[in-house]
Order: sequence, then C-alpha cells, then structure tokens
Amino acid sequence: MEQFAPVQRKDGQPVRYLVVDDSVFARKNLIRMVESFGGKVVGEAGDGVTAISEYGKAEPDIVLMDITMPQMEGIEAAEQIVRQHPEARIVMVSSVGYQENIVAALQRGARHFVQKPVKPEVLYEVIKYVLGDEAAKGAGAGA
Amino acid sequence: MKMELIQPFVNAADAVLAQMLECTPTLDKLSMEEEAYRRKGVAALVMVKGQIEGRIILDVDPETALRMACRLTGTELNGTDDLVRETVCELANQVIGNAVTTLNDQGCQFHVYPPQAHTEEHGAKSNEDTEVLVMSFETPCGTVYMNIAMHYLRRRRGEVVTAS
Repeated sequence: MEQFAPVQRKDGQPVRYLVVDDSVFARKNLIRMVESFGGKVVGEAGDGVTAISEYGKAEPDIVLMDITMPQMEGIEAAEQIVRQHPEARIVMVSSVGYQENIVAALQRGARHFVQKPVKPEVLYEVIKYVLGDEAAKGAGAGA
Repeated sequence: MKMELIQPFVNAADAVLAQMLECTPTLDKLSMEEEAYRRKGVAALVMVKGQIEGRIILDVDPETALRMACRLTGTELNGTDDLVRETVCELANQVIGNAVTTLNDQGCQFHVYPPQAHTEEHGAKSNEDTEVLVMSFETPCGTVYMNIAMHYLRRRRGEVVTAS
C-alpha cells in the first residue's frame, strides 16, 4: 500500500477511528488504510445500532460509516450520533453514491462521502479535510 | 432487457474489478439466460426494490474466490475461511452499488439491500415478467459471473405517461 505522511491530532496523538460496515472484509480494508495514515482504530461495528453505542464508548475523532447495513442503515445511525454528539465527524463510505443518498447523508449530519471501492489517497485527503483545524499541521500528501 | 439497464452493470463490474484486482478485466459473455441459473461456487445475492425490482447474483468458482480473497486481503487463507465468502459479498456490494448509483442518477429510483451469501444450487430462468441476463468477466484470478434478474414496475421520473 502507498505510504502516507501520518495524520495526527493537534495534541500529537494518533487520530482515533470508529469503523462501521457490515462486511468484515470492508472493515479490514478500511482499518488497513487508516493505520497506514498513522491512525488508531478504537472501535468497530457491523450495523447502525452497534455504531451508536460504540461511539459513546470509544469517543472517536472520525467515524467511517457504511450506508447499506442490516438493522439500521448508516444514514439513520449518523443522524442519531450527531444528535447526541454534535461534534461527531462522520464520513459516509458506501458503494451506493447517487446524489439523493449523498445529500440525505450530508443533511443528516455526515461531513463527507467517499464512494467504494475506496482509493486510499482519496480517503486520506477527505480525513485531513474533515479534521480541519483539529489535525496537526504538516501532514503532507502521499509520499 | 434494455441496454440502458445493462450498461451500468457492465461498466460498474469493469471499473470495480479493475480497481480492486488491479487488472484489465474483459467482458467474456453477455447474453439472455434461457436456462435456470446454476451456482458456480461462492455466490452473493443482492436484492433491489423500487421502480426496477429483482436480484443480482455475483458468483465465482471456489478457486477463483480464494485467489481473489488472498489478493484483496493480502493474507494466506484457506477455502473454508469466512473471509473468502465475505470478499465475494463485498465485491457484489461494490459492483451493484456502483451500477445502482448510475441508474439512480439516470432517474430510476430503487433501493439496494445488503448482500447475502447465496447457497441455493439453482435459480429462476426468464419468464414473461422477469428477464435474466448473464455476463462474465475474465480476470487474472479467474472468471467472475453475474446473473441479473429484473423487471420494471413503474416509469422513471420525468417519463410522460401517454394515454393508451
């Protein structure tokens, strides 16, 4: 996998991620990517209901959230997390990226959208953008 | 089956397989299926509901599934590992999700459901209501089959209903 300059929090600690996807394969893939960005995965969930409870326990800096999942879909889970934690930074990661879905996700509190299959360099830039001022300065482009 | 419905699936499979397997897949077969579907090996089924309803099955033989899973996870697996089935399901999710994205942006509204492992040996063949299309792609890992059974329920947004 391509090498990336680490993206860190302002306090120098690794960015903490909650990875939500009903596919174990997809979660493993995303975990590999965020670890290559210098991040730390503090929680995983396979559906929206678990994601909401995991968010409260793990208090991640960023949530990577699938949309199409059993029990509760990602957009509804994102809305509930943002209602309880307005500071939550949620990036939707889904293969279903039509306009209405993206707009619905953004209107309900998601900060960004990345379409699957995920390109590491795209996710890297989105994470830096979503972290904004909370990211330590100096995280460069893919090396 | 209308070409405008078929093309997004061809394009999505081509793009997703190319990116994930880092290869240039070739479309080997594209035809209407007259015979009942027979599963090749490890298969994932995705249901879609809305203006178009039906199901899509992505199917690969066990050896191809194992090669794809090892390549995509970067680990040594055996054929019975759950991750092999998971890989095929996620591949189906991404191909079908991308096709559905294109179709929705073209005005066909429908919802896609999470992929599930498909274990039945046989499936439906074409009938008056439902057309079945099969396509296969050659990749370095082996052949990837898709079996698409769909029927239109309602007109697309913007289409004028003419008096009959």
